[in-house]
Amino acid sequence: MTDETDPAEEAWFAGLGPGDVDAAVSAVAEGTAEEPGDWPRLAVESGFAGSTEAYYDALHEATVEATRSAVAARERADDRQLVHAVRAMDDTERVANELAERLAEWAGTLFDDASPGVEGARELADREPTTPFEHRVVSLARRVTSLDEERADLRSFVERRAPAVAPNLSEMAGPVLAARLIALAGGLEDLAKKPAGTVQVLGAEDALFAHLAGRAPSPKHGIIFTHDYVRTTRPEDRGSAARALAGKLAIAARVDHYSGERRPEIHADLRERMEAIRARAEQ
Amino acid sequence: MTAPPLPDGVVRRAVDGRDRLATRGDPVYGEPTDGDWRVWDAGRSKLGAMLELGMDTGLAGGESVLYLGAASGTTVSHVADFCGPTYAVEFAARPTRDLLAVAEDRPNLFPLLKDARKPETYAHVVESGLGALVQDVATRGQAAVALRNRRFLADDGRLLLAVKARSEDVTADPDAVFDAVREELTDGYEVLDSRPLSPFHDDHLGIVATPR
Repeated sequence: MTDETDPAEEAWFAGLGPGDVDAAVSAVAEGTAEEPGDWPRLAVESGFAGSTEAYYDALHEATVEATRSAVAARERADDRQLVHAVRAMDDTERVANELAERLAEWAGTLFDDASPGVEGARELADREPTTPFEHRVVSLARRVTSLDEERADLRSFVERRAPAVAPNLSEMAGPVLAARLIALAGGLEDLAKKPAGTVQVLGAEDALFAHLAGRAPSPKHGIIFTHDYVRTTRPEDRGSAARALAGKLAIAARVDHYSGERRPEIHADLRERMEAIRARAEQ
Repeated sequence: MTAPPLPDGVVRRAVDGRDRLATRGDPVYGEPTDGDWRVWDAGRSKLGAMLELGMDTGLAGGESVLYLGAASGTTVSHVADFCGPTYAVEFAARPTRDLLAVAEDRPNLFPLLKDARKPETYAHVVESGLGALVQDVATRGQAAVALRNRRFLADDGRLLLAVKARSEDVTADPDAVFDAVREELTDGYEVLDSRPLSPFHDDHLGIVATPR
């Protein structure tokens, strides 16, 4: 710094009056400086604060408020909400199945025709219980049924919202797989920054680390196995299919994050590539 | 060899029949307390482990601190109990929500949702000439982060670094990772002491260094 420039010019409090909380909050959030300075001393010298203590009080208020709104903005972002929704969907499904198993065990002791699974719970829920034991079983069956309804509602929510958050990714992967990929990566931006090879094995971390430790072959696919392009391709071509799909999914995520517009070309490219891979089976 | 003195404001106290580190402040995460004192669990805090293992951190108490990788604020709450102005940088939104709750009742704790790899995004807020830079970030390039943030330290300040081997390379031998980090640090620091943080934290190395 030379003598001509004011050293306090880059400080978060530059140009602010003492009670100017909103401006202070945005200065903390958006400002930058190459080098730190002796800000407490400069704040007192420039008249921003009457004392070092007053400076730290103002700093505390500005940093807490700026950080609170930055956290809220990030957590409320639509991709974060989608991540919570798809995780909740998976949790409700898992718990409903678990409870349905418990229910089937119990119901089998009271009703001759109790059938297993969530379907069985649905049938039980419609019965009129006659004994205290049956009362509990039927009540539990109703909980399982409503949990399964919640799962279905969450699924249709994900199906509606994913295309708004990530149009290309949702078109290519289907909305639910798109949401799962975003969840595994930790957000749309994180997914957009991952190389295709990482997208290919997202969800296969155990197998990947076993491979890196030298204990296993490299995994061919992670969660993208649920995609028709991978699942219905014959086993010897699945690695190629997974690689091609992951490459285009990585591009789709980047387009969705950085531009947000639908790009028909990438979808056509992938279709063409998959046709070529599947044609190998007919040779 | 006798252990270096603990910083002012950090004591050993018998709590629940065991001799534990403790600081004085509002409880944060359900830790055991004894009057005003609350236990600083070395198993949940790398800096706590460094003190528990008797490393000479150079902390006397009351210094100004930049803490990188504050997470939910478990360790940084103890640091703010016995230090002066404490700047807490964390990049992930979810733990920062908890950090905010810790910072609200501590007027000397300044939370910042920033990326520790980009010090220019907080150099307009964090003051220069700090007494200590505490770093516990689970990212690749931990030595580079320490070097980039050296600008905040006073000439006789201390870098207190917890290196997580698995963040650099999950497959490499931790000792090889630690050697590489120590080597890279010499670009800007003189390493005064380094020790594994076991049994409190596996595959972690505690480093005390000073700018050179």
